[in-house]
Amino acid sequence: MRLQYSTNIKIVQVPCTGRVDIIHLLKGFEDGADGIYVAGCEEGDCHYVSGNLKARKRVNYVKKVLEQLGVEPERVAMYNMSAAQGPRFVEIAKEFTAVIRELGPSPFNRNAVKAA
Amino acid sequence: MKSGSNLEKVLTAGQFAVTGECGPPRSADAAIVREKAAHLKGYVDSVNVTDNQTSVVRLSSLAGSLILQQEGLEANMQMVCRDRNRIAIQSDILGACALGVKNMLCLSGDHQKFGDHPEAKNVYDLDSIQLLRTVKMLRDERKLLSGQEMEEGTEPRLFIGAAVNPFADPFEFRVHRLGMKIAAGVDFVQTQCIYNMAKFKKYMKQAVDMGLTEKVFLLAGVTPMKSLGMAKYMKNFVPGMDVPDEIVARMQGVGKKDQGKEGIRIAVEQIQEIREIPGVAGIHLMAIEWEEKVGEIIEAAGLLPRPVL
Amino acid sequence: MIVAERKPIEEILEMVRDFRKILLVGCKGCVTVCNAGGRKEVGILASIIRLARDKENRPIDVHEHTLERQCDPEYIDQLADMIGEYDAVLSMACSVGPQFISARFPEKKVFPALNTNFMGGALEHGVWAEFCQACGNCKIHLFGGLCPIARCSKSLLSGPCGGSSGGKCEISNDVDCVWHLIVTRMMEQGRLEELTALKPYKNWSTSRDGGPRKIVREDLKL
Repeated sequence: MRLQYSTNIKIVQVPCTGRVDIIHLLKGFEDGADGIYVAGCEEGDCHYVSGNLKARKRVNYVKKVLEQLGVEPERVAMYNMSAAQGPRFVEIAKEFTAVIRELGPSPFNRNAVKAA
Repeated sequence: MKSGSNLEKVLTAGQFAVTGECGPPRSADAAIVREKAAHLKGYVDSVNVTDNQTSVVRLSSLAGSLILQQEGLEANMQMVCRDRNRIAIQSDILGACALGVKNMLCLSGDHQKFGDHPEAKNVYDLDSIQLLRTVKMLRDERKLLSGQEMEEGTEPRLFIGAAVNPFADPFEFRVHRLGMKIAAGVDFVQTQCIYNMAKFKKYMKQAVDMGLTEKVFLLAGVTPMKSLGMAKYMKNFVPGMDVPDEIVARMQGVGKKDQGKEGIRIAVEQIQEIREIPGVAGIHLMAIEWEEKVGEIIEAAGLLPRPVL
Repeated sequence: MIVAERKPIEEILEMVRDFRKILLVGCKGCVTVCNAGGRKEVGILASIIRLARDKENRPIDVHEHTLERQCDPEYIDQLADMIGEYDAVLSMACSVGPQFISARFPEKKVFPALNTNFMGGALEHGVWAEFCQACGNCKIHLFGGLCPIARCSKSLLSGPCGGSSGGKCEISNDVDCVWHLIVTRMMEQGRLEELTALKPYKNWSTSRDGGPRKIVREDLKL
């Protein structure tokens, strides 16, 4: 569709969000991400049946960890959309970026690659 | 005679017995026990003294029993399995008898989670049925659990009681549990307070059919409702309690200041109904924190004067 | 198996507060099966500790290592080469692990990252319950295959007590009344007589009450 979305988003492709585990989200923060969101299929439409449901549970686990560390749980989020919804993908990219901009840079001062 | 207590004499003579209840204070104030004793004197054959009921720390049952006896009443000391191991249990039994206690109830005890010390260690070395057997062994075989013998005349002689709950689950097993307690040696049992009369009658029929009421004296529990709040609390928060909606409705149907009177009226009706049920040897009136009403209830139920034997 | 659970993060962070280099050791035994202290959980905890310390601007070096088990001295020995570099060791095994590590390396500060809860099994994926209390004298066959010592809140041998209601224990609606289960099962099996027979007094001396226990197998000693 050649729709534009902001350059601050690094995409990690997975065959199904069910592949995303707790450690991947935590490592993302260790590596310097200010925010991480998991974009999966609509609930009920997962090609692998329930991968996106598992992903949501793992996102919730990491939200709790962030809270316990005194960090905003909104920095990690789960979104659901159909693979065909290009405009929705862009909309979410903008929405999440706005949320993180509002929250500010990551409170974890990792000496890792920060967005250029 | 097992212990020759007043309660034993009344029941053995075939008279309809009345026992009361006294919850000791949450302090070392003996005067409170004496006050409660004063309200009960002349209206009951003996009085239960609870043992840290609902796991809330109170003046001990043994001490409470002694104070009551000093006031001229007969005590039914209670002992729960929650807080003492078999060593302390046997020791307290010997001590209680040495000081003149003649009746003792053997209970499991509410779990400490209910009380004000939920972090306490949980003992339950014996269960209530094993406790019954222990008291019987001490009394009839003159032996401690270890086999240690006591000389004739020096053994503790107690009239042994237990609690039964016709309203707990599974219902079909409850009457068998009464059978187990009888086999273990119980002399008298008191039921959990009754509101569901139909269920109680069903239980009693089973007990009579199994011949159990010929082997044990069963006293039916009655607790007068002080208020609508109390009715609701007992219905929803007290384990093993069965309060039918009709009772709550009756309490709800009268004005706030008449709730107490209605509660007493219900209690008196219950006692009269219970007296007609075959197999029941008496009532156990638990007017918790309302001891001053015991006289009124017993009189209205036609149970005065109490027999003097 | 032994079922354990990771301690709250604040408690763990407090334990390692003064250290800059720690060794986090997992275990491939029971704690892997109950998802509390295996290789995966070691990775997650290490990450959380690093993040927490980064936030405070006091970074920490967490080295991750997982042993086959932490209840056999031979496996603990495997830490000998690496342990020298670290200020402290955080063990993610059941409590036996940190005790063994501490015994083998007495000069090291060793901390337990888990609370060891009970011996039990899985009810469903992610849910475990207590089934055994290690009383040292198993008699579950007398109770229809159920254990009243571990699963009854009062360890009654002649239950149920008067607090059993709707098949649940008086202490909580989340706890099944095991005596309700025992009675139901044995009555279905036609074992009423066995059920109502008087039970012998429990000999607690084989349980922890008798003191810390030891088993010696002469036939296995080298």
